[in-house]
Amino acid sequence: MATLHTRSSARLMLTPSVILLLCWMIVPLAMTLYFSFLRYNLLMPGTEEWIGFLNYQFFVEDPAFWASLINTLLLVGGTLLITVVGGTFLAILLDQPFFGQGIVRLLVIAPFFVMPTVSALVWKNMLMHPVNGLFAWVARAFGAQPVDWLAEVPLLSVTIIVSWAWLPFATLIILTALQSLDQDQKEAAEMDGAGIFSIFWHITLPHLARALTVVVLIETIFLLSVFAEIFVTTNGGPGTESTNLTYLIYMQALLFYDAGAASAGGVIAIILANIVAIFLIRMIGKNLEA
Amino acid sequence: MTHSKTIGLAFGALLASTALAGAETLTIATVNNGDMIRMQKLTGAFTEANPDIDVEWVTMEENVLRQKVTTDIATKGGQYDIMTIGTYEVPIWSKQGWLVPLEFDDSYDVDDLLPAIRDGLTTDGELYAAPFYGESSMVMYRTDLMEEAGLEMPDAPTWDFIKQAAEAMTDKENEVYGICLRGKAGWGENMAFLSAMANSYGARWFDEEWNPQFDGEAWKATLTDYVDLMQNYGPPGASSNGFNENLALFQTGKCGMWIDATVAASFVTNPDESQVADKVGFALAPDKGLGKRSNWLWAWNLGIPAGSAKTEAAQKFIAWATSKDYAELVASEEGWANVPPGTRKSLYENPEYQEAAPFAEMTLESINAADPTNPAVDPVPYVGVQFVAIPEFQGIGTAVGQQFSAALAGSVSVDQALQTSQMLTQREMMKGGYIK
Amino acid sequence: MARTVTTNRKLVFTVIGWAIGLTLFFPILWTFLTSFKTEGEAIATPPSFLFFDWTLENYLTVNDRSDYFRHAINSVVISLGSTALGLLVAIPAAWSMAFTPTKRTKDILMWMLSTKMLPAVGVLVPITLIFRDTGLMDTRTGLVIVLMLMNLPIIVWMLFTYFKEIPGEILEAARMDGATLGKEIIYVLAPMAVPGIASTLLLNIILAWNEAFWTVLLTTNNAAPLTAMIAQYSSPEGLFWSKLSAASMLAIAPILVMGWFSQKQLVRGLTFGAVK
Repeated sequence: MATLHTRSSARLMLTPSVILLLCWMIVPLAMTLYFSFLRYNLLMPGTEEWIGFLNYQFFVEDPAFWASLINTLLLVGGTLLITVVGGTFLAILLDQPFFGQGIVRLLVIAPFFVMPTVSALVWKNMLMHPVNGLFAWVARAFGAQPVDWLAEVPLLSVTIIVSWAWLPFATLIILTALQSLDQDQKEAAEMDGAGIFSIFWHITLPHLARALTVVVLIETIFLLSVFAEIFVTTNGGPGTESTNLTYLIYMQALLFYDAGAASAGGVIAIILANIVAIFLIRMIGKNLEA
Repeated sequence: MTHSKTIGLAFGALLASTALAGAETLTIATVNNGDMIRMQKLTGAFTEANPDIDVEWVTMEENVLRQKVTTDIATKGGQYDIMTIGTYEVPIWSKQGWLVPLEFDDSYDVDDLLPAIRDGLTTDGELYAAPFYGESSMVMYRTDLMEEAGLEMPDAPTWDFIKQAAEAMTDKENEVYGICLRGKAGWGENMAFLSAMANSYGARWFDEEWNPQFDGEAWKATLTDYVDLMQNYGPPGASSNGFNENLALFQTGKCGMWIDATVAASFVTNPDESQVADKVGFALAPDKGLGKRSNWLWAWNLGIPAGSAKTEAAQKFIAWATSKDYAELVASEEGWANVPPGTRKSLYENPEYQEAAPFAEMTLESINAADPTNPAVDPVPYVGVQFVAIPEFQGIGTAVGQQFSAALAGSVSVDQALQTSQMLTQREMMKGGYIK
Repeated sequence: MARTVTTNRKLVFTVIGWAIGLTLFFPILWTFLTSFKTEGEAIATPPSFLFFDWTLENYLTVNDRSDYFRHAINSVVISLGSTALGLLVAIPAAWSMAFTPTKRTKDILMWMLSTKMLPAVGVLVPITLIFRDTGLMDTRTGLVIVLMLMNLPIIVWMLFTYFKEIPGEILEAARMDGATLGKEIIYVLAPMAVPGIASTLLLNIILAWNEAFWTVLLTTNNAAPLTAMIAQYSSPEGLFWSKLSAASMLAIAPILVMGWFSQKQLVRGLTFGAVK
């Protein structure tokens, strides 16, 4: 089908974006790679020298490094779990006819439009704060001891804040997929006496597989580099309990101003991200085949 | 696209022509604290007197501002003509040759600046930044609760008394906590307080060979007492409380005592904001009988980055904003209590100021009690009371701060926190080439 | 009988639906309410929900202090500009990937997506140096370029999945009729692709609007968008809850309203080819 003519023109059209992406990738990446082998602290100009893999060694030997890897995985995994399960539930709910459905839908999608910095500030100061926050007030109203969210369960708190922002995204995609579900099929199954759960399990869920794949893939991309929510709420603490890889690199870049170490961290993050990407493609890639 | 470009060009040309005909524009980066916002509001007085100078403000939250100006000055970005920087940055930057030395005429009266503050901004006899406001730390306490507890706050309390008072004032049922202290991780948050507290306990960051000292008894005593005090008599959520969170707690009557920046005094005594405005007393920061008190020293200063093409206009602005006249301008517009504190002797000699600011005397005494070149009981190789003026400190201080806030939250023990801090500080100092 | 069952069912779902909707919306609602309180009321316990002295003072203060409209215009220009530029580059690329796929198409796509996983802060120094040397610091052009490149992988991928759903036979037919490549795109492909392009456009405007790392660190004054304005109000000395709330509402209101009005278009294309 594809003639020589269309093929070459296709390649021609592909070129600009690939070149742009290449530049975006290659130039800063090459610089990052180069810096990662240098002693290069922005605050101490003139001391730059080649130090081989020392930056990498320091970065990986940092006890916070392994903690941050685990935190990154927990944060991504936890948020995915909440948004996928919650999103499916919400989508099914929104798919039912009820009064004011349109308005509820607007309410549900709203969090997706809120800037991460803003949502983190609001959650931290006005909701989760153990003295002035609304949650604490509710807890006290019921006679319970208020939970000190950001100190006792820092990573969970960050996960909740992030999930709140991404739940609408998952809901929307799943809802769209749900609305394309063949109603006849469902009714036929109901006629055959299948229960709600059995219908969900055997008809609805398989139909949603592809939408769920998309949700997982896109969210993973964004969740791996969550930063603002941590920076505003916990500063990665207490200890390193809510430090993820991005935050660790931030510390090197904008607290130590150690461009060498931050670059080494960046390179490590890219390698890890690609491992995750390969893993993801293996796992769900077949779902992406149309 | 092209259309908007043409408009853009026309617009740009218009701007360029007005710029030629009119003024030089100063871009000033500053933090979003109350005194700076007031300065921004009063800029009109400056531009009226200097019609050939325009002023543009970039106001940012402290951490973001610091990231932006540090990146800019280190990469020689040249985006700003005046930067608001702390006493931590000035010595480091001036040694790198990143700041322009300031020169003032006689009417500015440089000798009127408080010596403790001025010393911190001077490198090799040259003043590299002018202080806009200065602060130390002190005890702020509720006079009514103190009375109820049957105690009397001395002007110069000890840590033992603080503990005793905290115990007596705590009433968790009614959400009154004996003491509020910083717990949020950060070199300028909990570490500012804890480094200063450690000084009074005879601890120090480094010995004279730059070996970190967290494995010593003095730090252990400091951190043990701090965690003890806060877990027993502190508010919930202390490990994420910084200056602002504690301020809100104190203003709503939930703290018996609060040891923090002297500038907070004007907030907690302001009846518009504070529910306890008429019941606040002040005392010097506590000590342990070892000769050092636990108060810090900080100032926000205006400096000119080397390489700015508008040095002259920038000097003019700095001279205006840190002058005696500016203090009077603020006083006439907003009252003496709102004058930026802690920079000039003359302000504290002014009877009107003493009248309007009940905390003036204690503030001055606290500032004078701080000694940045000799902060600890034992000799140290560094400058700075609650910080160490080396480039690595922001990173190290924050990492250690994270450990200490974890100890406060109870997720690690005091010993563990100190051990990890010792190890990570040692690592960074080795990496930085201070120790072999 | 059956009728009452459905009505009951509808009522139950109404209650559940509204409860969940209001819960999820609550943080925004709370911010909205707080923005009309005085600083003292904002931290009062017990909190007041509706019965307080509503004041516009916070909004006036924010606008007075930070010139809201200039920031808002920058936000609009940057998010629209980067999205438009991104679409311009991505549409041909996605088109050719979708209709003349090669063996390596999927690899290219995945590689593009993996570039999104690079944490921005890791390339901060290189980008800062590049911006300084090219004079792009504090320009809208610079931000348009950076954000366009940041979101390009997502744009290409979304369009690709959407274009793939367009039946190839129609294009074949058009080609038989002698349509050139350009005409094929304009007259045949475009009308079918509009929903997909629209939702890609909307999603990317949202992402660009909310990007708060580069937009804060690469601007000073001229190009500073609303994200930079928020940095003026987060945690200064003193009480700031209600001023922060007002600034937050101002920053999210335009994008929220846009999102609400265009949600149908947003959703229609958000399928990523997930609907068969």
